[in-house]
Amino acid sequence: MTKLPLEGIRVLDMTVVWAGPYGTSFLADLGAEVIRIESTGIFIPMTRGMRAHPTEGELRGTPGFSGGLPGRTPGARPWNRAPVFNAHGRNKLSMTVDLLQPEGMDVFRRLVEISDVFVENNTTETLEKLGISYEMLQEQNPEMIMLRMPAYGSTGPYRNFRAYGLHMEGVIGHTMLRGYPDLDPSTTTSVLVADAAAGTQGAFAVLAALHYRRRTGKGQLIELGQAENTIPYLGQFLLDYSMNERVTSTLGNRHPHYIQGCYPCRGEDRWVTITLSGDDEWEALCRVLGNPSWCQEQKFAGHQSRHRHQDELDEHISHWTAERDHYEVMQMLQAEGVAAGPVMDQRDAYNDPHLDQRGMFEEVTQEDTGTYRYPRAPYKMSETPIGIRRGPVRLGEDNEYVYKTLLKYTEQEYTQLESQGHIGMDFRDDVP
Amino acid sequence: MPDQALSDVKVLDLTHYVAGPYCTKLLADFGADVVKVERPGVGDPARSMGPFPQDVPNPEKSGLFLHLNTSKRGITLDLSTRAAVKIVEELVKKVDLVVESFRPGTMERFGLDYASLKAINQNLVMTSISNFGQTGPYRDFRAAEIMFYGMGGEMYSTGLRDREPLKMAANVVLYQAGAAAAVATMGAVYAAMGQGTGQQVDVSIMETQVGSIDRRMSNLVAFQYTGETIGRGPFGTAGYPNGVYECEDGYFQVSGGRTYFPRVVRMLGEPEFLTEARWSTPEAQRDAGMKAEFEEHFQAWIKARPKYDAWRSAQEARVLSGPLNNIADLMQDPVFDQRGAFENISHPEAGELKYPGRPFIMSESPWSVSRPAPLLGQHNREVLGSLGYSGEDIVRLKQQNVI
Repeated sequence: MTKLPLEGIRVLDMTVVWAGPYGTSFLADLGAEVIRIESTGIFIPMTRGMRAHPTEGELRGTPGFSGGLPGRTPGARPWNRAPVFNAHGRNKLSMTVDLLQPEGMDVFRRLVEISDVFVENNTTETLEKLGISYEMLQEQNPEMIMLRMPAYGSTGPYRNFRAYGLHMEGVIGHTMLRGYPDLDPSTTTSVLVADAAAGTQGAFAVLAALHYRRRTGKGQLIELGQAENTIPYLGQFLLDYSMNERVTSTLGNRHPHYIQGCYPCRGEDRWVTITLSGDDEWEALCRVLGNPSWCQEQKFAGHQSRHRHQDELDEHISHWTAERDHYEVMQMLQAEGVAAGPVMDQRDAYNDPHLDQRGMFEEVTQEDTGTYRYPRAPYKMSETPIGIRRGPVRLGEDNEYVYKTLLKYTEQEYTQLESQGHIGMDFRDDVP
Repeated sequence: MPDQALSDVKVLDLTHYVAGPYCTKLLADFGADVVKVERPGVGDPARSMGPFPQDVPNPEKSGLFLHLNTSKRGITLDLSTRAAVKIVEELVKKVDLVVESFRPGTMERFGLDYASLKAINQNLVMTSISNFGQTGPYRDFRAAEIMFYGMGGEMYSTGLRDREPLKMAANVVLYQAGAAAAVATMGAVYAAMGQGTGQQVDVSIMETQVGSIDRRMSNLVAFQYTGETIGRGPFGTAGYPNGVYECEDGYFQVSGGRTYFPRVVRMLGEPEFLTEARWSTPEAQRDAGMKAEFEEHFQAWIKARPKYDAWRSAQEARVLSGPLNNIADLMQDPVFDQRGAFENISHPEAGELKYPGRPFIMSESPWSVSRPAPLLGQHNREVLGSLGYSGEDIVRLKQQNVI
């Protein structure tokens, strides 16, 4: 039997919110045994939902990704039902321990001894408070690999600055490059590219370190400052500043060279994007539209001239798209070789024939949530198929396995740790 | 030369534009020996994209190309010729990994599909990065960066409710695809070099958006759970203050609602009216009138402050926040500079310029740019020479327009 690439690698996962858990989901997909280290006494907002014990009223009033629990009801264990967590909770294990108690840190040390990788993305102070450092891990396990993901790194004046990915994107300049060109930047809404970049490149870092360790026997500390980590995504703007001291402002949906936009379609809040990179696509577009007379206007002769007159051109294109379904526009234009695609809402994605045929969603059952279709890893492998082996992990679901099988705690010790509040599947009632 | 994480990994790079080259840049800057193949004469289309110094187009001075191809060697090959295909086959014998980003079917046409290459090198990993994947009804569709975000990602929920959906900056989605491809590639390389599993990795740029933590996965799951689609509107911890506010010299972003509101009160110096008990009830954060009352005070406070002053005050009270910098602000920020977030790289044609630096710091096997982006065909002689081609052979290949 072909093994999954990371089978036999054990990852301790003390990650919170989005970026860290997304990173470890890549490692779990690839076959690593990823064990989430959680606590029944601490709830970090936006990790397993907004709050541990949300009321039904609260859930109704919040955006889907945090409040959209099945049927918008909390259920017995709301923390196992939150989309924000369950989106990346696949293929992982979960154990609970209270690291603020000395026996908790003993458990942690024993876990480190039998693991390969430790990943965390808490604020820099959290680990200092617990006395967890790379040196401490190396005492237990000299070959350990540690990935830390502080917002602005662990050194320098910003090291303790509080931020979500969306604030870091503001600091590195992304936010000012992606608003509506005709509106004030205060209208800019948030995206989470920095979280995606940190999780993805963090997983890459761990894989590179594992590869290096296999060759040299050496573990190491990886520090991924999440803000810095996303700067390469904006490379061309940095080079433009280096070369020309140019500070670019947002183009919205437009393109510096192409004719590009997002156009309304038939129906409510339906849109299609179209990109014309040159004469071929322009001629194809005119053909599909039935060569209307405005296509012959002088101002639309030549790509440069069309690019200069895009406002007028957009009006013509919008008139045509507005009478058609967004998928219909894609099919008509793609048939003639024009880059066009619907802006797909979440329902569109689940109904999309291409994603369906590619097997992008897999049906999974989880006890506290039910049976639903979840996105798989964003790539396919021919010999080691990467799928969803297990649904989004429940809090403390693998306590027995971790404590008894892996760490060889006796039944008696297990019961005692349970009574001390380390082991459980429910957040304490006093946790908000 | 430092011992780098991937110093023992040899890569043949048949990618162009952004996603593929970013994937192989990550490998190259961490030590992999990457040989990039470009079309003779024109090269990678990124060479024509700019930005250029003084906006004068020059294939050796495109900022996009220079950034994406550091630490790689470059050769030129016209893959439609038999001689070029033979060179690729000879190179494939010596590498661990091929990364390619041609349209699906193109490698087959060259006779370089995975099955053919595996016959030459049993343990080979080949990563194929394409718009929509190697299979499926959209396989041969044309694409643009905006389309991936629209079809795969959360463009639908990005922007304002009464306006059109909005893309992100420039090529951000393609970089994310390149990074995801690098993860999948390293997973496959780890398996190939450890257990001898050569295989093909199929990366669809669209799917790297569907599977992104940038709200798409969460919103897809939320839709499954509730049957509700999620459109455009404000985002962040609900409540107030939340979003982007105008300050003295620009804009400042803050997420200070709900559980974080007491920190905001501290940040504002605990003005008397905000210490009243009514502000700490659970309803306060949902009350439109109270929000208006608060925001009037808050906007005056923030309007009177430069964004970096507001940032310091906010952080002293641990408020999740940050200024909206432009690229000049970022590149002049001494903290990023001192930490080494930028790298000065000298290129024979483009000169010395400040580039983005390391994405992360590895304590034992550091990131390092071993060379600037290659000139078109710069390493033809060196690479072909290592395969046993003589100087005469190389002149002949050049005359035949193979290289």
